[in-house]
Amino acid sequence: METAERKYTFKDFSSDQEVRWCPGCDDYVILRAMQKALPELGVKKEDVVFISGIGCSSRFPYYMDTYGMHSIHGRAPAIASGVKLANPDLSVWVITGDGDAMAIGGNHFIHLLRRNLDINIVLFNNEIYGLTKGQFSPTSTVGQKTKSSPYGNIQPPFQPGELAIGAQARFFARVGGNTPKEMTEVFIQAAKFKGTSLIEVLQNCPIFNNGAFAKYTDKAVRADKQLFVEHGKPMIFGKERDKGLVLNGLKLEVVTLGENGVSEEDLLVHDAELEDPTLHQMLVRSEYPLVTGIIRGFPDVTFEERAAHKKEQVKKDSNFTKTDDLFFSGETYEVH
Amino acid sequence: MTTVKTKQSHQALEAVVVRFAGDSGDGMQLTGSQFSDTSAMFGNDVATFPNYPSEIRAPQGSLYGVSGFQVHIGSVEISTPGDNVDLLVAMNPAGLKTNLSAVKPGHGIIVDTDAFTHKNLQKAQYESNPLEDGSLDEYQVIEVSMTSLTKEALKDVEGLDNKSITRSKNMFALGMVYWMYHRSREHTIDFFKKKFKKKPELIEANTKVLNAGFYFAETLELIPNSYTVAPAKMPSGTYRIIMGNTATAWGFLAAAEKAGLELFLGSYPITPASDILHELAKHKHFGVKSLQAEDEIAGIGSAIGASFAGDLAITTTSGPGLALKGEALGLAMMLELPLVVVDVQRGGPSTGLPTKTEQSDLLQAMYGRNGESPVIVIAASTPANCFNFAYEASKLTLEHMTPVILLTDGYIANGSAPWKIRSVAEMPDIKPRIIREAKNSWHPYERDEDTLARDWAVPGTYGLEHRVGGLEKDKLSGQVSYVPENHEHMTQVRAEKIERVQNYIPELETVFDDEGDLLVIGWGGTYGTLYAAVKELKQSGVSGVGLAHFNYINPLPKNTEAVLSRFKKIVVCELNNGQFVSILRMKFNGKTFHQFNKVQGLPFGNSELIKKFKELLA
Repeated sequence: METAERKYTFKDFSSDQEVRWCPGCDDYVILRAMQKALPELGVKKEDVVFISGIGCSSRFPYYMDTYGMHSIHGRAPAIASGVKLANPDLSVWVITGDGDAMAIGGNHFIHLLRRNLDINIVLFNNEIYGLTKGQFSPTSTVGQKTKSSPYGNIQPPFQPGELAIGAQARFFARVGGNTPKEMTEVFIQAAKFKGTSLIEVLQNCPIFNNGAFAKYTDKAVRADKQLFVEHGKPMIFGKERDKGLVLNGLKLEVVTLGENGVSEEDLLVHDAELEDPTLHQMLVRSEYPLVTGIIRGFPDVTFEERAAHKKEQVKKDSNFTKTDDLFFSGETYEVH
Repeated sequence: MTTVKTKQSHQALEAVVVRFAGDSGDGMQLTGSQFSDTSAMFGNDVATFPNYPSEIRAPQGSLYGVSGFQVHIGSVEISTPGDNVDLLVAMNPAGLKTNLSAVKPGHGIIVDTDAFTHKNLQKAQYESNPLEDGSLDEYQVIEVSMTSLTKEALKDVEGLDNKSITRSKNMFALGMVYWMYHRSREHTIDFFKKKFKKKPELIEANTKVLNAGFYFAETLELIPNSYTVAPAKMPSGTYRIIMGNTATAWGFLAAAEKAGLELFLGSYPITPASDILHELAKHKHFGVKSLQAEDEIAGIGSAIGASFAGDLAITTTSGPGLALKGEALGLAMMLELPLVVVDVQRGGPSTGLPTKTEQSDLLQAMYGRNGESPVIVIAASTPANCFNFAYEASKLTLEHMTPVILLTDGYIANGSAPWKIRSVAEMPDIKPRIIREAKNSWHPYERDEDTLARDWAVPGTYGLEHRVGGLEKDKLSGQVSYVPENHEHMTQVRAEKIERVQNYIPELETVFDDEGDLLVIGWGGTYGTLYAAVKELKQSGVSGVGLAHFNYINPLPKNTEAVLSRFKKIVVCELNNGQFVSILRMKFNGKTFHQFNKVQGLPFGNSELIKKFKELLA
């Protein structure tokens, strides 16, 4: 990606389209966080592409003054892969939701993560179908009453991070929908990461699933219930910064600093770059505290790098530069 | 076939059909293609068709494990792989049983008697040995203990295992056929040298067996005649034998080079289209990007993304895959981006007959999408012109900014024929509508006055940032619009854009007579069989019969109605239940169209066509 000489502000990334999400929707927060993150990346505006599928989240590209495509349900990862392979210099973003990514588009989602193209995926997880007006989604909780589960949902949910890391995601971050500063920072780090980055935003839907994440994200409880991990730093949380995580056998355990002789040195230090995802998976699954921040960021070879390397190898060993060389090669014969 | 006796044991023939049949592991495809390559290099016109089981390694000796390869060579124009066989080479009882009905009575059959064991006869469900029970009396059976003779020929070659020895018996058969048709062994020996570069013992072994077969035939009194098939009169130039799927792949390579674009293929393997993916995956040196996607939808999805970003993007599939791609193809049409979808048709519906040919995806190609969703539909009609139509599909999609479906089928995709090599320099120009620089007051959906095509502004271009999507768009800005009149306007424009392609495609031509009693109509892969049948009818003295073969289906050539009007009767021949004829009836209401349809997974046979034509002429 070429660096921009022009200096941008968030306004440069705002399109002239009126934003049409419901009042109070976290989607507004995400949009602004993105518009603030992009100027920090030093990427030219014309090199940025947003590809979305279908759903409330997928209106997002219309509001960004970049190149964009509002495509069809679930297919954004496939389309974005084509964009990136056609022009690896572009900064490519997939905007998707829990249904778009993990129900109708589940196959493309896992295969993009497996291949590790340098694409960033922002997953708006609101644990409900919004645009179709209130059916349960693949992240809805068991028992959740929705229009299509009037007696309570009986389908166990996916944990997006768990599914993604199972599909070999090299980068997974989670962030609350009401913490714009952290969100902007995570977007910046995700964009800088070489490889597929997945950012799960816990996005509140005020209409069909209001308060789904309140027990973690409400201002009053956030500090006590969320652990925002940072690479190289001990896993501390709590309003008083007195709680921490240790590994007890094969389980994470919450400890209180100062109790039973526990000190900061005893706590786990976050290593996002571990190749072995075991600990990352535990962090993803943890319900207390709910872990946010960049949980996994394991640097690996990207698909584009592998493809470019193969192409160079083939080119070096080939006698063909023009298609005529191929057409007239091998077993040809003359008719006079 | 006209035969001219020159001397007792030597005949000159205009054309000959040879079929090689044996077990999947007997190397029949290789044997057949060696015979056809050698004949092409000698100067014959050729056409070939493989017929192999869908089982990868069917049980040895079984009827469903038979693999066949048919070669039609001629000193005259050859347009099909041939209906009936002049010489059958049967490597085992199952090969004999499954192919006997194709052999012309009185003609030759070479069998490997060593393979006619009790066990193999049982597997082929023979109650008695056909070599002994008189059931082959009406044929000239040449019995040869090929396996033993092969072993004998190789007894002095060191370093060969038993398997390699028995596997080379196909070359014994080829040697015999080479002698019978006065063919040189040189090409095949060169082939061994290249193929077994690192295994010199196999070069020696195969050469020895090929020679042994040749000399055996020469000294054998059982073979009554040898034959010559003189070189055919073909336009001068450099030729090669090409398979339809390879020609398709190469057409795209040429188009990308001519257009100055990189080629992107997003595809998911499916019979009989996978060979296009295989071929294009080889050509990374030309910058070809081939992505074997996770499914059919990702195949077209990635191609749409690549097209948005400025590549010549294609996706390849067969019927069931086209069904899966339907929604995404509608998106590409709505976005008005270039995209070629190749459907190598096979027997349907559902999984149908994957290895057999059919033309039953036409209406799916025309209408298989939600909403008013017209696209350009064209069809290749011979193995070699798959090249031209892949090129043409690319040209149309890039210049008219709308998806193109290119229909081929299993028959021409797997068939091969001589291709007069076309250099990229002599191909027509392709002018993609890509814009590299911002213009003042540019709008994503403003259109060319003549073609109605919009511009192609690709990411990375300063000042042209814009959004596209599957929602209906404002006619100029491309922003989402629910305005009723705008939707109707856009619907009409997208339809008219396709109609105007008529101004850029060639007129429909008739072969043989331009007017008269009967117009034979076909489209796509049936050209060779229809041409051969009408030609034979004409040669028998019938006049007033023309053939109009369609390569352009949507839109139809401008002069279609005029051509139809010049004949008293029209018969539309298709390998489906009457799909193209239904389009013609809709467009040319009031005309009477007779139809001839066949849905057996097989190409038309010459005699069934001629019978139908004669009925209509009577």
